[in-house]
Amino acid sequence: MQPEEGVMQSRAQAMHALFEILGDQPVIVCNGFPSREAQKIKDRAGNFYMIGSMGAAASIGVGLALAKPDQRVVVFDGDGNVLMGMGTLATIGALRPKNLTHVVFDNEVYGTTGNQPSYSRIVRLDHVAKAAGYATVERVWEREDIMYEFKDMLANDGPHFLLIKVNEQIEDADRVALDPADITKRFREAVGQG
Amino acid sequence: MAVIDSDDFVKALRDTGFDFFTGVPDTILGGIIEVLSDRRLYTPSVREDEAVAMAAGAFLGGKIPAVLMQNSGLGNALNVLMSLHLIYRIPCLLIVSWRGFEGKDAPEHLVMGQTMPQLMDAIRIPYRTPAPETLVDDLRWTARTFMDQRVPVALFLKKGVVKAIQP
Repeated sequence: MQPEEGVMQSRAQAMHALFEILGDQPVIVCNGFPSREAQKIKDRAGNFYMIGSMGAAASIGVGLALAKPDQRVVVFDGDGNVLMGMGTLATIGALRPKNLTHVVFDNEVYGTTGNQPSYSRIVRLDHVAKAAGYATVERVWEREDIMYEFKDMLANDGPHFLLIKVNEQIEDADRVALDPADITKRFREAVGQG
Repeated sequence: MAVIDSDDFVKALRDTGFDFFTGVPDTILGGIIEVLSDRRLYTPSVREDEAVAMAAGAFLGGKIPAVLMQNSGLGNALNVLMSLHLIYRIPCLLIVSWRGFEGKDAPEHLVMGQTMPQLMDAIRIPYRTPAPETLVDDLRWTARTFMDQRVPVALFLKKGVVKAIQP
């Protein structure tokens, strides 16, 4: 399903736009190229890079949001990841953590493994999120809209679901360099649990 | 052998330091989940892999998490335990009901009931199987292992150790 008008960004371009807006909010980044791209674009202690446990980014985000109710928590997710952990959309819709913003880069493929098509080209994940009960659901693809909606979500109570339709382009980005145990340590310090 | 009251079990968990509880129900765990829910300490999950990931997020945010599940759910949780908790050094307590213990249960529980200890040994998750008289010591061990090794730790609960809702 292609956006009706406008120019689609690559995931890396969309991520650039989001990092311009982000302050010190912690971000859980799903496994595969999204984590590698986030590391390249804006490495920060508040980024939790996942290198495994596909499908679990949003559930980690929920746990963090519940543990830190006064902190805005952001999840960078992908369509394949959301489809794998789709039950978590129900959990978020039921618990309604106000401080959670769930961003999904939807390129309609399993990009890290060779662009095999995902069902998100047939099943509208924003519709699923809406039905599950997120407070705000937006579907965007242009840079200005991405920035406008993300800024708005960070400033208001959620849970928010920001579906960003992106093209299949993958940034040339190295594997996550940090040892996983060091990612945990660094991230906990960043959220005040060192 | 006296049965542990769910209230006492929850109190022992709280005294040990656990302050975040999620999971997926099982009949053996029903009483514990009821007490936790009454005290607004329990956040239901829809799958066991979601539950352990949620617990990981809570730990990142400073909580000391415990996850309740039937042992069938260990199968669901396995990949997250192996590719998140164990490599990122994220601890959590797994309170796992031991369905299929000694082959006495419905057919779907028999394979997991028989192989669960070897499975945990294989992925190096330490575990104990508390009896009412060992619970306090088992929880001390749990807390120590949790903090020292920063890995998931499991307690296997056999039927009749903690009082269920319907005995």
